[in-house]
Amino acid sequence: MNIGTDIGLDYGPATRDAFGEALAEAGRHRLDLVVLDGDVANSTRTEYFAEEFPDRFFNVGIAESNLVGIAAGLAAFGKEVVVASFAAFLMCNAFDQLRMSVAYPRLNIKFVGSHYGINIGQDGPSQMGIEDMALARALPGFAVLCPADAPSTRKATDAMLDHEGPVYMRVGRPKFPIVYRDDFEYRIGKANLLRSGDDVTIIACGLMVACALVAAHQLAEEGIKAAVLDMHTVKPIDSEAIESAARHTGAIVTAEEHLLAGGMGAAVAQVVCRRYPVPVACVGLDDTYAESGDPEHLLTKYHLAPQDIAAAAQSVVNRKQHVST
Amino acid sequence: MQPSSPAQTQQRSADELRQISLNMSKQIIEITSEAGSGHPSSSLSAIDILTCLYLRPIMRYDPDRPEWPHRDRFVLSKGHAAPGLYVTMAHAGFFSQDLLPSLRKNDSPLEGHPNMRAVPGLESSAGSLGQGLSLGVGHALAGKMDHGDFHVYVMLGDGEVQEGQVWEAAMFAASHKLDNLTAIIDHNGYQQTNAVGKVMPALYPLPPKWQAFGWHVEEIDGHDISAILHTFEEPPETGGAPRMIIAHTLKGKGLSTFEEDAKSRKHGTAVKEDHVQAALDELQQQYQNQT
Repeated sequence: MNIGTDIGLDYGPATRDAFGEALAEAGRHRLDLVVLDGDVANSTRTEYFAEEFPDRFFNVGIAESNLVGIAAGLAAFGKEVVVASFAAFLMCNAFDQLRMSVAYPRLNIKFVGSHYGINIGQDGPSQMGIEDMALARALPGFAVLCPADAPSTRKATDAMLDHEGPVYMRVGRPKFPIVYRDDFEYRIGKANLLRSGDDVTIIACGLMVACALVAAHQLAEEGIKAAVLDMHTVKPIDSEAIESAARHTGAIVTAEEHLLAGGMGAAVAQVVCRRYPVPVACVGLDDTYAESGDPEHLLTKYHLAPQDIAAAAQSVVNRKQHVST
Repeated sequence: MQPSSPAQTQQRSADELRQISLNMSKQIIEITSEAGSGHPSSSLSAIDILTCLYLRPIMRYDPDRPEWPHRDRFVLSKGHAAPGLYVTMAHAGFFSQDLLPSLRKNDSPLEGHPNMRAVPGLESSAGSLGQGLSLGVGHALAGKMDHGDFHVYVMLGDGEVQEGQVWEAAMFAASHKLDNLTAIIDHNGYQQTNAVGKVMPALYPLPPKWQAFGWHVEEIDGHDISAILHTFEEPPETGGAPRMIIAHTLKGKGLSTFEEDAKSRKHGTAVKEDHVQAALDELQQQYQNQT
């Protein structure tokens, strides 16, 4: 991918790499931490933890239901448990186990789904987690995280482990552009403003944060000042930041690599409607699966590219003017 | 030093257990009838095993310290047998028997299916079938990691083992030599709509399937108190294998009110108020014939 290189963004490690490294580091001082894998440790990068702590790592095999069920038993016993698999397999195959064995008894387990979105490219739709956030949002008590780059994923991993209660975090397969270059704070439930602007706020998560920064750059050339808010925590959503953005810029665009049904955009729109109604446009997968292909080609074909975010911003700015006249 | 639980110094005799099981069977009929719903027949098939586990007691636990780390764990996977477990746990001292008539009523902790956050001592929330064995495996695995001295018991329904997750858990348990795990199938032969053998004939025979998955399999009469005690109190050497006890039981414990439904033994149906006394009398008669 080349997204963001035109505005000077450097590429860092994949967010799955950042997660894997942070998890192995955490294992050194969290002595009760147990990691469970569904035979994809070399993909999710829990292999780093496994190499260092083989006695606290279990490959449960290709059996996601049992993967989640065993995690529930370990957590009920009192172990600190992290479960990682592909976003699609973990959330879709084991949803009832997440509901019945984890969310309902409110067990403190951390779930990480890798290979989210269509940016995984060539492996195609069966491997693409595009409904995972909607499913996780529908589990009472779950926090849902979608960090934008490697540095924030490291901090998100630590924050996730410190968090009391179940968490779902999605991490990506390819290298992502780095959007957090300087020191920054990462708090679950607290969105980070990465770029200021008065005309429209683009609220994005994951890879779409880099796309939003590119879009903001494009919009600036057309005289539209766009703010970019990293909504790395999709649940609990930062309602204060959303209301503040609506009040300040009067128009909102959301961008996520996820189905529009039940994702981050839906969560943001709900807050906007409830607190301070302004025009909203949501960029995401519109009731469709993607296909095999080059990641950037797919992002363009399925309308998740920076130019799609910029076009959506243009449209809400126009609607805002229409409303005010 | 062997940790002890002060509440359980004396073992009850088989005769005492038969009497307790009778009383608890009657309570199952009564509280589900009072609730107007629930699963009395699925509870009655399990009640003799529950009686032995909790009230002999075979399991080590302390009702005053439900989180006691050394306790044995009992996971009810067939969550619809909740009335049977509630009655048993009340007799075991986890909560007052006065609470039993609140089953399924507004604001009662005794929900239609078990909620482990509502009732102290419940080890699982259940009701969506197929999940309890994995939970038990998690507890047993933690026990192995920490060199724990407790044992884990999981009770499954026979129809329930149609769920694929059960076999995922079975594979894992045998692969990891979880010999601190004992599963029990309450093999009453019926599921919600029909006999298990009618719904899924190829589920039978059960024993070789579990043996093929690496388990040590035994079959017992799940209503024979002496046989149950013998099975649990004199465990065989399994060479590291987890244990599967297939308990042949009667859904509804053979009561005519349930037997009249040839297809499913009145799954999920409470005894109507005007039939309750007859059912209680029949239980009493059954007990007298047995002793």
